[in-house]
Amino acid sequence: MIKLSKFTKVKKENYLRNLSFGLILIFLCITDFILKFSLNINFTNFLPNILNLFFPLILGVIGLYLIRAEYSGIKLLDTLNKNINTSNFNAILTLLIIFLIILVIPPSLDWLIINANFTGETKEECINDGACWTFVKVWLRRFIYGMYPDQFHWRINTAFIVLLALAFVGYIPGKKLKKLLPLYYVIIYPIIAFLVIYYLISGGSFGLEWIDTGSWGGLSLTFIVAFFCLIFCFPIGVVLALARRSPLPTTRYIAVGFIEFWRGVPLITVLFMASVMFPMFLPDDLFIDKLIRVIIAISLFEAAYVAEVVRGGLQALPRGQYDAAKSLGMGYWKMHIFVILPQALKFVIPGIANTFLALVKDTPLIFVVGLADFVGMITMAKANPQWLGFVMEGYVFASIVFWIICYAMSRYSYNLEEKYKTER
Amino acid sequence: MNTKIISYSFFAIALLDLLYKIFFGSIFDFDNDFYYQYIKPFVTFSPFYLIAIGAVFLKEYKVRNTVEIYGTSRFNYYTPQFLVFLFTILVFVYFIYNAQINMDTRGIEFGFHFLKYESSFDVNFSLIDYDGSDSYARVYLVGLLNTLLVAFTGIIFCTIIGVIIGVSRLSPNYLIRKTATAYVEFFRNIPLVVQIFFWYFAALRTMPLPENTSPILGSIFMSIKGLYTPAFVWTNLDFFIYSIILASIIVILFKIYSTKLRENVGKHLPVLYISVIILLLLPILSFLLGGVKTEIDYPIIKKLSETSYTFEGGMRIPPEFMALVLSLSLYTATFVAENVRAGIQGINKGQKEAAASIGLNRKQILNLIIMPQALRIIIPPTTNQYLNLTKNSSLAALIAYPDLVLVFAGTALMQTGRAIEILMIVMFTYLSISLFISVLMNWYNKKIAILEK
Repeated sequence: MIKLSKFTKVKKENYLRNLSFGLILIFLCITDFILKFSLNINFTNFLPNILNLFFPLILGVIGLYLIRAEYSGIKLLDTLNKNINTSNFNAILTLLIIFLIILVIPPSLDWLIINANFTGETKEECINDGACWTFVKVWLRRFIYGMYPDQFHWRINTAFIVLLALAFVGYIPGKKLKKLLPLYYVIIYPIIAFLVIYYLISGGSFGLEWIDTGSWGGLSLTFIVAFFCLIFCFPIGVVLALARRSPLPTTRYIAVGFIEFWRGVPLITVLFMASVMFPMFLPDDLFIDKLIRVIIAISLFEAAYVAEVVRGGLQALPRGQYDAAKSLGMGYWKMHIFVILPQALKFVIPGIANTFLALVKDTPLIFVVGLADFVGMITMAKANPQWLGFVMEGYVFASIVFWIICYAMSRYSYNLEEKYKTER
Repeated sequence: MNTKIISYSFFAIALLDLLYKIFFGSIFDFDNDFYYQYIKPFVTFSPFYLIAIGAVFLKEYKVRNTVEIYGTSRFNYYTPQFLVFLFTILVFVYFIYNAQINMDTRGIEFGFHFLKYESSFDVNFSLIDYDGSDSYARVYLVGLLNTLLVAFTGIIFCTIIGVIIGVSRLSPNYLIRKTATAYVEFFRNIPLVVQIFFWYFAALRTMPLPENTSPILGSIFMSIKGLYTPAFVWTNLDFFIYSIILASIIVILFKIYSTKLRENVGKHLPVLYISVIILLLLPILSFLLGGVKTEIDYPIIKKLSETSYTFEGGMRIPPEFMALVLSLSLYTATFVAENVRAGIQGINKGQKEAAASIGLNRKQILNLIIMPQALRIIIPPTTNQYLNLTKNSSLAALIAYPDLVLVFAGTALMQTGRAIEILMIVMFTYLSISLFISVLMNWYNKKIAILEK
């Protein structure tokens, strides 16, 4: 130990020599690695097999060892030493990660962008080695709108724009109307949304042609399902959480049974239940559309998770809040709506956001019961005889789209959390 | 006192009624058309009514015997409960009523007799002997075992990856930290369905055909048809397994004995060495004396026809299984990693500083000080993740891995048309697995919590 620290101790002229030598070794290490694994040129053939394989690593470790010092006076080098080169073990890990990046990033970039095909309309025009984004380009309309007739796509677009506009109503009113906002979002907005979707996308009146839900699909269907489930599952979940915390035993036990049942079964069986089993429980003349059944099933399923999250918030609230509200003469509902829930929900924003994220990530599952959502459309497109062999492009595209949506949601929830954190 | 007796007698009658219903059918069974249609659905819930009435009496008894009152008036206490109860019962009655009529018109009778019938379909991956002439009950078992296999393997892998990534996210090394963060953000935000499809349809399909495979480590072949590894062929396998079980029991007893010895007398025994010796010795003895033999069966490539090749011998791990385990463990590992990170960060900084001040190094601090405390924060949410993984393993149905949902709620349901019974069985199975894992984890959690004091 003492010997080592003596060796790495800063001595001006000694260290400079070490530094230059070490940097050369690191440079050699990375060059050797790139030559060996990316370009398949092996300069160290003469070495024994294992040594040959690990040669760049050994060079790199020695190089990093040589440039390691507690204080060198060069700012860049000091940050480097402090962050990635604190010990031999760390140096090995650092090198391994650098190697991994060299192995993974350039080929992926090459496949994704540099060598990819963007032009053309048919499969034959994909001549480069990389991804054939032509596939996605040609099928993009189907991926977004499903089997919805081409000439009516404006209806879906209008519906979404209207819904988005209505969602931003919350930013407009002044202080007076702000009280009514929760009422708007929980009751009025879902009704309007349902009517807009029903009359615009389904059609059937106002001179719009009726389009069966069977031909809905693609990303728009994913959005519709996620949107309605999101809207429905939240109030149901809050009510369930209140019921579970209720002083009335009957409500409590029923809520516990309900929540534990939905949390204990996988979503896929719930969807099977909605599509296969549920029609058996309805009278013969009553037909509920499969899409609606699925939306109800997912809402109930996610409501159980929301309920557990909200219950956590209710439990975290100090008892004094309840007592204070009661001492003001508030009843059960008044107390919960004006005092308890606003605070409890603030606590659980991250949890609710996670549940909503899970919901969005679960929606592609609806394709097991025959609803061709975004992922379902890609699965259908890959089976098209004219476009065989573009599975990779399809699923990479799906991953990118979902990643952007989910990442944006998680960032938004993080911002929301930060915003409300300061208030308390 | 009287009310208490009344309430408990109601509970007893409810229990009897329930048992009778399960084993013999309803007591209130009359052969009457009106009864059958309108009253039977209500009568199905008779134990619940009895329990509810008993509970009312019990509450009355408690209130009378203590000073505690309802919080509000008696009316305000009972009315909402009655309404909720009535509503729930009415919803169920409505469904049962419809189900009765629907099943009547289709000529199906509710019951589980179909489990005995011959299944007459094949399953391509099974842990136990199975062919088409076996019963649906056997199909259920095959599916359940496959589900458990995926869940178990997935849990092991996701724990390993999750712990490594979680610890890496707190590493002082900038590159490691950022790579771990990138991993978590990347895999967490892509739906599991897409990941499973990606691995199964895209990544594993790029594997070479059997004739083009090159062996990994001598005799492991990774081809488009799955992973072929050498398999052990045992003679007298059960004897060997018994010897291992016996050895583990002896080791556990020995450990208990040595702990006792240490606590009572203060004498230290070299537990580790003796355990290792016992664990090695007994199985070796079983080889020498019990006639246990093992041979290794290597997979060998075989030509079926001009163009098609296959492997013979060895053990085959199907690509569906690999895709499923890979995606499940990579996906769930992100959540486990977040739990691990939160657990480690949740430990007071003073603990770390105190440990450092008495001269422990980084590894020792992590192993001896941080981890034992962090585990208590980590385990409850991680249990949830294990449950999620088990439930998510049902996505196997999407890529035709024969798990419970695919073979039982899929093929068997299509063949028999008994949607209600089969889905009830499947849901009940998942519920039981969930409850079992949570009970197990609660027990472990308790154990750890006691160790602290």
